[in-house]
Amino acid sequence: MQRRQLLQSAAAAGLAWTAIGRTAFAASGPLPANKRLVVVFLRGAVDGLSVVVPYGEAAYYQQRSSIALARPGQDGGVLDLDGHFGLNPNLAPLMPLWQAGRLAFVQASGSPDPTRSHFDAQDYMESGTPGRKNTPDGWLNRLLGVEPPVVLQAGAGAHAGVTRGLSVGATLPRIWAGPNPVANIANGARATRPTLLDRPQVSKAFDSLYSGDDAMSRAYRESQQSRAEVNEAMTPDQMDREQKVANGGAPLPNGFPDDAARLAQLMRRDPNVQIAFLALGGWDTHVNQGGARGQLTNRLQPLGQGLAELATRLGPVFDDTTILVISEFGRTVRQNGTGGTDHGHGNVMWALGGGIAGGKVHGRWPGIDAPSQYEGRDLAVTTDFRQVLAGVCAHNLGLSDNQLARVFPGFDGTPLNLAA
Amino acid sequence: MNLPASPLLTRRGALAAGVAALAWRPALAAPQADAGQADALHVLNRLAFGPAPGDLERVTRMGAHAWIAEQLQPERLALPAFLAGQLASLRTPHETQRELVQGYRDMLKQAREAKQAEPASSDGRKPQTEEDGERRRQIAAIAHEAGQERLLQALNSPRQLEEVLVDFWFNHFNVYQGKGLDRVLVESYEREAIRPNVLGRFRTMLGATARHPAMLFYLDNWLSVAPGYQPPRRFAGAGAAGKASGLNENYARELMELHTLGVDGGYTQKDVTELARILTGWTLRPQRGGRRRFGNDSNDAGADSIFGFDPARHDDGPKTWLGHRVAPGGQSEGEFALDVLARHPATARHLASKLARRFVADAPSPALVGRLSQRFLDTDGDLRAVMQALVDSPEFRDPQPAKFKTPYQYVLSAVRATGIATTNVKPLMAQLAQLGQPLYGCQTPDGWHDTEADWLNPNAITQRVNFATALASGRLPLQRADDPDAPAHAPGLKAMERQAEKALARDQPVEGSTPPVDASALLETLGPAISDRTRAAVAAASPALRAALVLGSPDFMRR
Repeated sequence: MQRRQLLQSAAAAGLAWTAIGRTAFAASGPLPANKRLVVVFLRGAVDGLSVVVPYGEAAYYQQRSSIALARPGQDGGVLDLDGHFGLNPNLAPLMPLWQAGRLAFVQASGSPDPTRSHFDAQDYMESGTPGRKNTPDGWLNRLLGVEPPVVLQAGAGAHAGVTRGLSVGATLPRIWAGPNPVANIANGARATRPTLLDRPQVSKAFDSLYSGDDAMSRAYRESQQSRAEVNEAMTPDQMDREQKVANGGAPLPNGFPDDAARLAQLMRRDPNVQIAFLALGGWDTHVNQGGARGQLTNRLQPLGQGLAELATRLGPVFDDTTILVISEFGRTVRQNGTGGTDHGHGNVMWALGGGIAGGKVHGRWPGIDAPSQYEGRDLAVTTDFRQVLAGVCAHNLGLSDNQLARVFPGFDGTPLNLAA
Repeated sequence: MNLPASPLLTRRGALAAGVAALAWRPALAAPQADAGQADALHVLNRLAFGPAPGDLERVTRMGAHAWIAEQLQPERLALPAFLAGQLASLRTPHETQRELVQGYRDMLKQAREAKQAEPASSDGRKPQTEEDGERRRQIAAIAHEAGQERLLQALNSPRQLEEVLVDFWFNHFNVYQGKGLDRVLVESYEREAIRPNVLGRFRTMLGATARHPAMLFYLDNWLSVAPGYQPPRRFAGAGAAGKASGLNENYARELMELHTLGVDGGYTQKDVTELARILTGWTLRPQRGGRRRFGNDSNDAGADSIFGFDPARHDDGPKTWLGHRVAPGGQSEGEFALDVLARHPATARHLASKLARRFVADAPSPALVGRLSQRFLDTDGDLRAVMQALVDSPEFRDPQPAKFKTPYQYVLSAVRATGIATTNVKPLMAQLAQLGQPLYGCQTPDGWHDTEADWLNPNAITQRVNFATALASGRLPLQRADDPDAPAHAPGLKAMERQAEKALARDQPVEGSTPPVDASALLETLGPAISDRTRAAVAAASPALRAALVLGSPDFMRR
């Protein structure tokens, strides 16, 4: 029996979710319900060597004659992290988190699969099964499957908890594919604005058309339930007000900072939101990516600002939250003929959160001089990306070995412990 | 749909092996009028953007087979006068590539100079200048015309299959309108490289996209040069083109991965780099004097094309690519590579499976893909012949609405079904963006994906229902007069989006909105597409909501 069916039949029979849930999942041991995870996917392969910059290596400056970032202290120079690596200065809003020991990086991490196709590499990172294309589901959906089941709200028949998995954006990406319900909200302010379907006479008419057990009916009901849940946590007016007030009265720039702030407010108000996902694109910098100023800068600034907003606005919830920033692969060590970088291999993964052992660049650094490069062009991978994902699931979310095996089937590496 | 199962379908497995051609006639000759109507609905859903008023009756009368034959010869179908008039009023189609690119660069330059002349404020930032706003408006107007040209035709052209295929092949050879020059070039790209070739030879379309400035710019090949190339001194400092000093492998990779062989097509990283070397020198020559500087001017990219092959930028060393020794030969190396790719069995397979996924099912049978692939190879990539094989296949004939509509298909089919004579497409563009499929807005070269898993999600269903309700109750300003000559007074796309959003949320129709849609006319237009169950719910609903229920029903989400 699928878990969804189990839940639906429980609803039909009027049983308490909690009782069913505890029985069904007792074997694996439910997780602490207050632990949260936010995954931010940078689609298009961010140039990790421009994020956590190995300024201590001569090879970095030799191979990137016009796009290298300067050493700390120089004009446009990186912000020193540990004497060897420096942070891109456009990510300065994250330095307080680094200094507080709440931001860590894993350099030279990535996929065991050698593909340089964006689309295959993203697929593998979202399915959690590199090299296997026929995996039907995504690892965040499998993670929903081992988290404690939803709790039925007393009375009314409407159940709370459909927002346990919450995705920001008009479509549901591969990472959420699978049998467990996921809610998604639009980008921008319309995520929480009222619509025609919020009117009782309209929704009543459509409810009858979407009352079946097919995929469309389920999607319709999940959307209606999640809207109700979100509205209960926070009215649209409250949301709009908070978006502005917390930013000194000015609206945040459109895009990631605005979405990240809204997500943080929802997570703070709605304890049901346990796993969230956002994606942002535009990282495929083949031409003129620039150094401290330029195209990559234009992408990194809102990312840094948004992540800082997310951490700040989560408030006390940040202590129980882990934020992971991932991207499908890194880019060539040597800049190409057009002031950019082509598709590479190893990259950097980012982890932020109250429970993260921050202030450290984790992973084994293989070096980037010519003999150390993967296939003579890329940063080598010394940490499997699943070690990082599984490590956070195990050590920050508290998954058991059995649960980990379900979320990352076929993975037999050692989860990396980033927990404080 | 509750249609009697065809015996062909129940025995599909047994028949799938090789009976491509016998399909249409016997079933269409079936005596029941219902079967003819079901066939008509099926082809209108799959090969058109759904039925408009009267279509179902007309196609039933002439027979689906005859309608398909007509659709496969679109040049013989005349455009109605009102559509021809709408298209004639657009200005971008009359501008040459050179004018568009030069205009774009001039606008940038003027804006830059105007900004430099402005004093900086105390925080060091320059204020937005008037020229800046004017430049934005001009570029936005050109970009918007591409969308008008596309959507007005997709809604109203009798050449519906051509419209469906333009969407398919543009998406296959996707370029992103939000990237620099492509803001002004997308219209030309679709009109010159895609539209004329959708029922022609694949090799022709492949070459046309490879040479079009929109693609050369989007995937950076215009900058890719032989390692060690020294730009002429007068170019020094002239932006990216003045700095290029080596390969950029972006286009070479996507050309094999996405446009031809497919990701599992059997090429290596070495093949990517070698193909990038082969394609060095394929670039733009927007300057008027450009013709003289570029030695080789032989191309069939059209008289106004600014494609140019620059021998100075070309890597003239020998190459080994996909097992071929490629001798130094200038532009002909790249033409040879396109020949090899266009005829490669991996390409045939890749394209066949994409077409089958679009027109038949999310997971099409390997037998169908194999047959289409063989047809492609047998006809040297004749796309009309491949489409004929596709519509003749028993798999295509399965009348089940197996496909979940993409936002594009959903929005267009809804407006078509209402019969509203749309003059203002901005609310539709806004709606497409809200549904996650902005027109010309796919940032990545893989284009939009095409399966239910990609588009069915909670937010999507309720957004579609909201759109259906706004459209059916006449809240969308689809007939608002749109005067492109008065950009300063006409609201921009953002303002229209906000207005459409308000219309979705509130009661008041806005200026230029349409009368409420009549539910019984709508039901007649859609015929067997709407199930008895939905019809019962419609009948039980208040009259004001009936048409909304039809367009927002689960039945209407599929094709």
